[in-house]
Amino acid sequence: MTPARRPILEVRGLTTRFRTDRGIVTAVDDVSFDVFAGETLGIVGESGCGKTVTSKSIMRLLPARTTIIDPKSRIMFEGTNLASADERAMRKIRGDRIAMIFQEPMTSLNPVFTIGWQLDEALKYHTDLDSSGRRKRALEMLRLVEMPEAERRLDEYPHQLSGGMRQRVMIAIALCCEPDILIADEPTTALDVTIQAQILDLMEGLKRKLDTAIVLITHNLGVVAQVCDRVIVMYAGRIIESGPVHDIFHSPEHPYTRALLRSIPKSGHKAHGRRLPTIEGIVPSLFELPKGCRFQDRCEYRQQRCIDVEPELLDVGVGGRVGDPLRQVRCHFPLSGASSSPTIERTGVEP
Amino acid sequence: MWPYIARKLLYNIPVYLGIILIVMACLRVNDPVTAYIGKNASEEQKQALRTSMGLDEPFALQYGRFLLKVVTLDFSERSWELKRPVGSILASSVVPSLSITIPALILTTLIAITISLCAAYVRGSLTDRVLMFGAVLGMSISLLVYVVLGQYFGAYWPKQNLGIGVFAIEGYRPITLSSLNNWVTYCMLPVIITVVLTIGYDTRFYRAVIVEEATRDYVTTAIAKGATKPKVMFVHVLKNAMIPVITHVMITLPFLVTGSIVMETYFNIPGMGRTLITAINSKDFPVIQAFTAVFAAIFIVTNILTDVLYALVDPRVRLS
Repeated sequence: MTPARRPILEVRGLTTRFRTDRGIVTAVDDVSFDVFAGETLGIVGESGCGKTVTSKSIMRLLPARTTIIDPKSRIMFEGTNLASADERAMRKIRGDRIAMIFQEPMTSLNPVFTIGWQLDEALKYHTDLDSSGRRKRALEMLRLVEMPEAERRLDEYPHQLSGGMRQRVMIAIALCCEPDILIADEPTTALDVTIQAQILDLMEGLKRKLDTAIVLITHNLGVVAQVCDRVIVMYAGRIIESGPVHDIFHSPEHPYTRALLRSIPKSGHKAHGRRLPTIEGIVPSLFELPKGCRFQDRCEYRQQRCIDVEPELLDVGVGGRVGDPLRQVRCHFPLSGASSSPTIERTGVEP
Repeated sequence: MWPYIARKLLYNIPVYLGIILIVMACLRVNDPVTAYIGKNASEEQKQALRTSMGLDEPFALQYGRFLLKVVTLDFSERSWELKRPVGSILASSVVPSLSITIPALILTTLIAITISLCAAYVRGSLTDRVLMFGAVLGMSISLLVYVVLGQYFGAYWPKQNLGIGVFAIEGYRPITLSSLNNWVTYCMLPVIITVVLTIGYDTRFYRAVIVEEATRDYVTTAIAKGATKPKVMFVHVLKNAMIPVITHVMITLPFLVTGSIVMETYFNIPGMGRTLITAINSKDFPVIQAFTAVFAAIFIVTNILTDVLYALVDPRVRLS
C-alpha cells in the first residue's frame, strides 16, 4: 500500500548537537526524510541511535541551552522551517498541527490536574470553543479513544487510571485538535503486551478516521511490521536504511537491518530450541566515532573500504530514481549485490 | 475530607498523651521545688509549695489532673516567680510573638517563592547566578551581624544623625487597632531582620524544588500541547512544587513560635520564647510545664494542618 505521494513534512540534513561536559556531541547527523500525508512512518534503532532526538528536534522540545540544531538543517512544514522557527510560531504548531505522545504514560500527565483540565488546556490554546464546547469536545475525544466510563474520567486524576488508560488520555490530548502529524515516541514500550496491541490498534484506527500521519519511534520491529507503511533504520545518529516496510522486512540491504531482523524472536517449529541470534559488540560512542562506516566493528562483511570511507546514503532497488526516497541504504556492499553498482558509479569510487 | 481530618486528629491523640507523659516525668526527675527555693529552705516551706502544686500526690493522679487542665484550657496555676496565673502570662506573650513571626513568615515565603520562580525561570542565566550568589551570601552571614547592624543602622544611626526615629532599638508596647504604629516602631525591624535572615535559605530550597519539577515529563507534555513558558512555570510546575513548599513552611511554623527566642531576647520583646527562657532560668515550674504542653500542641496542630493542606494540593493524598 503506497499512500499519496505528498510530503507534508520534509526533513533535510537535520543535524542536532548537544553541549556536554565532554565536549560537543552530534546525536543526529545529517538526517533527511519525508513524511507523507496519512502514512505511518516508523523510525527504528537501538537506544541512543538518535531516533528520539530526531523527533524532539522536529517539535523543538530539546533544552535550548544545551542543544544546537545546525543552522543548515531544514524541517519544512507548510512553508515554515521548524528548525529555525521562533517559539511563538512553534507554539502554534505544537499540539495543533503536530502533536506528540511519549513513552511513559505514568509520568507524562500532570498529577495534580484532572484529565478534563488537561484535555481542556490543549483545546484552549488551539480552538475558539467556549468552556462548555471544550468539555463536550474533551468527552468526545475520550469516547473516541475508547475510554471506559469517559464522562466520569473527565473529573478524575491521572493516578486513578491505569497505564494503558493514561496512554489513551495522552492520545486523546494529542489528537483533540486533529493534527496533521502525530509523533509517537515509544508509545507502547512501557505497557504490557495486551495493552500494547490495543493501543496500536487504536492509533491505527484513529489515523484512518482523522487522516493523521504517524511518525512512530520504536525499537520494536514487531510493532513496525504491524502498523508502519515505511521504515527508517537509524544507527549511531545516521539513517542507514529506509524503505517500504515490506521491502525492509523481506530484503534488508544493510547488514545491520538484517541482524536486527534476525534477532526478533519467532514462534514456530524452526526456532524452537535455538538460541536467539544477537548482534555482537556495542554501538560506538558518539564521542569516538570511527572514520569509516559506523557499523564496521559489528559487521560480518567488513572490508578495508568500510574502515576507510564512510558510505553515503544512496538509492537502491528497482525503479529507484535519484532523489526518490523510496529505498535507500548507507552501505558500500548492500546485501542484494546487484544494486550496488549504480551506487559506486555515482560516487565514483572504484569497487 | 472531613473523615480524613478526623482520622488525622485521632492518630495524634496518643502522640500528644505520650508527649505530656514524657514532659511531666522529665520535669520531676529532680525535685522541682528544691530546685526553685533552694536547699536552705525549710521543710515546711517546701511542703507548702509542693501541696499548692499537687506535687505530693501520686504521679498518675497528677498526670490526669494536668491533662484535664490542658484539655479544658485551664491555666489558672500561678507562676512561682511572677505570682500571676500561667494563663495570663501565656495570653500576654502570644500577641508579641505572633506579631513578629506571622508577618515574617508570610513575607519570607512570598518573597522567596517569587525570587525562586524567577530564578528557576531563567535558570543558568546570569540573573539566576547573581540571585543564588546573593542567597548563599545572605545565609552565610551570622545572625548577630544582622541584629547588630540592624539595630545600629536601622534604629540608632537615623535617630542620632537624621532625627528620624521610626524604629525603636528595643522594647515593646501593646498593639491595638488604635495604636498600630506601635507595631511599626517595635516589631517591624525584628520582622525585617528575620526575613533577611531566612530568605536566602528558603529561596535556594524553593528554587531547587522548582527546577526539579521543571524537568519532569509532564512539563514536556505541556510544551508539546502548545503551552507558553510562563504557563508551564506558573501553572503546571508551581502547583506541583506547592507540595514540598507547604511542607517546608509548615515545618518552620512551630519553630517560628519557639524559635523567635533570639529576636525576642535581642529586641527585649516579651514573647513566648523569651518568657519560656526566663522561666527556665528561674526554674519557674508551673510556667515551664504549661508552656511545654502548649508548644507540643502547636507542633501537633501544624502537623495536622500540613496533612490537610497536602490533601488539598495533591489529589493522590486524598485517597490513601
